[in-house]
Amino acid sequence: MLKLIEQPRYSCALGAQQSVIAIKRAVPILHSGPGCGDKINRLLGQGEGYAGGNTVPCTNASESEIVFGGEQKLGNVIEGAFKVIDADLYVVLTGCTSDIIGDDIGQVTSAYQEQDRPIVYVETGGFKSNNYVSHETVVKAIIDQYVDKLKKGTDKIKGLVNVFATVPYQDPFWNGNLEEIKRILEGIGLGVNILFGAESGGINEWQSIPQAEYNVVISAWAGLGIAQHLEAKYGTPYIHFPYLPIGGEETTKFLRQVAEVTGIDRSYTEAFIKKEEEKFYMHIERMADFILEFRYGLPRRFYTILDASYGIGLSKYLLNELGILPAKQFIIDDTPEEFQEAIQEQFNKISSLRSAKVSFNVDAGAIQEEIRKDDHKHRALIVGSAWERDLATEIGGDLLILSVPVAYRLVLNCGYAGYNGGLRVIEDIYGKVLDTYR
Amino acid sequence: MSVINLKASEVQTREARLGSITGFAGTAGELVGCARAGTLKESERSFSQCMGCSSGNAFCQFSMIQDAIVVNHAPVGCAGDFFTFNFVYRVGQMERDLSPVIGRYFSTNIEEQDTIFGATQKLADTIRKAYERVRPNAIFITTSCASGIIGDDVEGVANDLSEELRIPVIACFCEGFKSKIWTTGFDAAYHSIVRKLVKPPEKKSNKVNVINFWGSKIFDELLNPLGYEVDYIVPFSTVAQLEHISEAAATIQICSTLGTYIGAALEQVYGVPEIKSPPAYGIAGTDRWMREIGRVLNRQGEIEEVIAKEHERVLPKLEEYRNKLQGKTAYLTAGAAHGHALIALLQELGMTVQGAAIFHHDPIYDNGDVVSDALAHAVNTYGDVPNYNVCNKQAYELVNILNKVRPDIMIARHGGMTMWGAKLGIPTLLIGDEQLSFGYQGVLNYAERILESLDNKEFVINLAKHSTMPYTKWWLEQDPFSFLRSDLDVKTY
Repeated sequence: MLKLIEQPRYSCALGAQQSVIAIKRAVPILHSGPGCGDKINRLLGQGEGYAGGNTVPCTNASESEIVFGGEQKLGNVIEGAFKVIDADLYVVLTGCTSDIIGDDIGQVTSAYQEQDRPIVYVETGGFKSNNYVSHETVVKAIIDQYVDKLKKGTDKIKGLVNVFATVPYQDPFWNGNLEEIKRILEGIGLGVNILFGAESGGINEWQSIPQAEYNVVISAWAGLGIAQHLEAKYGTPYIHFPYLPIGGEETTKFLRQVAEVTGIDRSYTEAFIKKEEEKFYMHIERMADFILEFRYGLPRRFYTILDASYGIGLSKYLLNELGILPAKQFIIDDTPEEFQEAIQEQFNKISSLRSAKVSFNVDAGAIQEEIRKDDHKHRALIVGSAWERDLATEIGGDLLILSVPVAYRLVLNCGYAGYNGGLRVIEDIYGKVLDTYR
Repeated sequence: MSVINLKASEVQTREARLGSITGFAGTAGELVGCARAGTLKESERSFSQCMGCSSGNAFCQFSMIQDAIVVNHAPVGCAGDFFTFNFVYRVGQMERDLSPVIGRYFSTNIEEQDTIFGATQKLADTIRKAYERVRPNAIFITTSCASGIIGDDVEGVANDLSEELRIPVIACFCEGFKSKIWTTGFDAAYHSIVRKLVKPPEKKSNKVNVINFWGSKIFDELLNPLGYEVDYIVPFSTVAQLEHISEAAATIQICSTLGTYIGAALEQVYGVPEIKSPPAYGIAGTDRWMREIGRVLNRQGEIEEVIAKEHERVLPKLEEYRNKLQGKTAYLTAGAAHGHALIALLQELGMTVQGAAIFHHDPIYDNGDVVSDALAHAVNTYGDVPNYNVCNKQAYELVNILNKVRPDIMIARHGGMTMWGAKLGIPTLLIGDEQLSFGYQGVLNYAERILESLDNKEFVINLAKHSTMPYTKWWLEQDPFSFLRSDLDVKTY
């Protein structure tokens, strides 16, 4: 089936190397062709971090491994990685070369697992899936082959939750988003295993995954499989919030859902929500007159070209809290068919007053053509990637870059989730708009 | 000399064609000696880190042809470099006052079932769709490990589609696993351009081909007064322009690692003389290169005047820089030929080159002429370089060496390497525009940038204080070449 992609916005299965890099002191070991790691890093990295980019060990498959197999070479590189790279967890990931010729990496790696080395293996040959899917595969493998062995127990710790919220680096704002999610969940009194990024506790935290009372999945679909796996494995129930909560309304809705299911102290939760909402709406109120009165042109409709979790979250926020109306929305994450209806439903009831049109297409070149053909009477906002620069100029619109490739932005701990993220959206959109005036 | 064979759809790898290697530890002089004696031997590393691959280097040449598009026949991950080259393309548009456009690149998105049933239909349909969308004047197909191993007949699809669409649809074979030397990708791109796009000359023109990346247009100033026009290729050229590069009066390369194949191909197939002197870095190197230009273009008199005038202008300033830089130590990491050029340049400035990690080594270029050996030129002119390591982007070796050598400055030509200098508190310089340090003025430009970097210590001191190091203490104490083994099976196909 023809499924060409112009302007790619995600990577292949091996792209999950970035999920490994996002775990503190974890390092991937690629059993792949020589250029894979670099190409992934070009789209999904901004900086090497601890041991990403050019530091990643790799067998750099050559013709002789294609002909004779690459298991021995993999063994050598694993041995070398243990000696040379100072890490807490090593994750062997395969590329197309190994998966097509059929190297038995399980056999190579399990020899080290039997010696209690912290090592995990996963088949992530590029053609097998995209990195939204393989993020799940890799996390599940780490749980099965590493966490399960070193778990601190299976007794549940009261109020502890695991969060599976975003695909690190595929979401350029993953670090900031996870920080905010951890902050607000702790704010209502929960203990949080955030697992990735600056606020996480590294592999120690991973070892307590089985002890969580609940898993919290904040995602349209990617990551849901992890929670289902943990439910089957450790009997941990999960809470599913099917998009990124942004701003006052949605973040509060999210927190109430979590509070209700987990049964934590309701008044504590409400006190936190009240404090956060007060802060949030104080800022909204402060700038409402700007939105209402600015005479020289602000965006009045928006397009999103995003993955499903961001697409829904952003659309709801822009409409309900900023009063920008939805044009058409495009989901580019190759959403599996089984999840498309639920996502469609979210757009159908995007507010109590209206629904928004959405379509699923991985070929953003076609999406751009469609947007270009629209009638551009009013100033529009495009929330998309760096690929949209010229499109935005052509239609006289504004562009907020939120999806990879980000290229024209440098992202450290900026995040768009939660109460703080909502404010950040406003600053970033209107900062850009105002900057267009001379 | 390698014989250019345009009948073959694929170019041979550098390993097979030139005997190029990716592992060596010794001095620069020893390496040159081995290369001349024909005793160069490849070494394999038993531990290795991510390198680059040919498909990225092939794409880098196609992605900025103004009226062509690229179809990458691969899983979507291989398209991870689309935007980085689009970014470079757009920076170049700004510098050249071109209107902003995005590069039009397509992935066929090979998926699991395609690896079982083949993906030639998908490729053909993608090309049709891409053609319909963009209406380009040529389409380049770059292959991948996946398309190569499943054995898709990419050449067949390209030929069929050329007939159907009536534009050149050209296959470029650049599977990552085929070569350990990713610059084979340049050769693959040039092979497909010369094989399928370039037309036999109808007349001789007054143009000079400059094989370059996307650097500044410094050659106009030299060649225009001599009565020649410059065609900067391949990035920012057009299909029509490329069709006629066979008519040029000469071919200049800014870097033999980049242009070895196309320089030799144009000379062998169409008689376009290639300037064989190593590119003009350092005063002696520039003199030699200038005289070669004068000879080939028959402008000896004029060139001698330029040389004299430039010496008078540049040498006194150079002396000032030399006084400031005398005795400062440098360590260098770069691709091959440009690395050799930078070694010459650093030595020209009176600096001590304490060592170098150079991505690969071509013992000879496609023209078969030892005159083009830039490393030999550097060693003969300025003296030997110790700690010369042929190392294909193996950061672990680099860190180990830097930690021991502790130079005053580290010079890098490519990304992903600079951090290791900076994390150790060593001022580090990366220069993107390869033309910045070219020729007489280039020596001065370079000196200025080095002085500026040497002076800028605050950032690296602070970074070193707060940085983590992913390498074990054990490793930093080992011999840097502990994993480099010449006994491992190394086969070239």
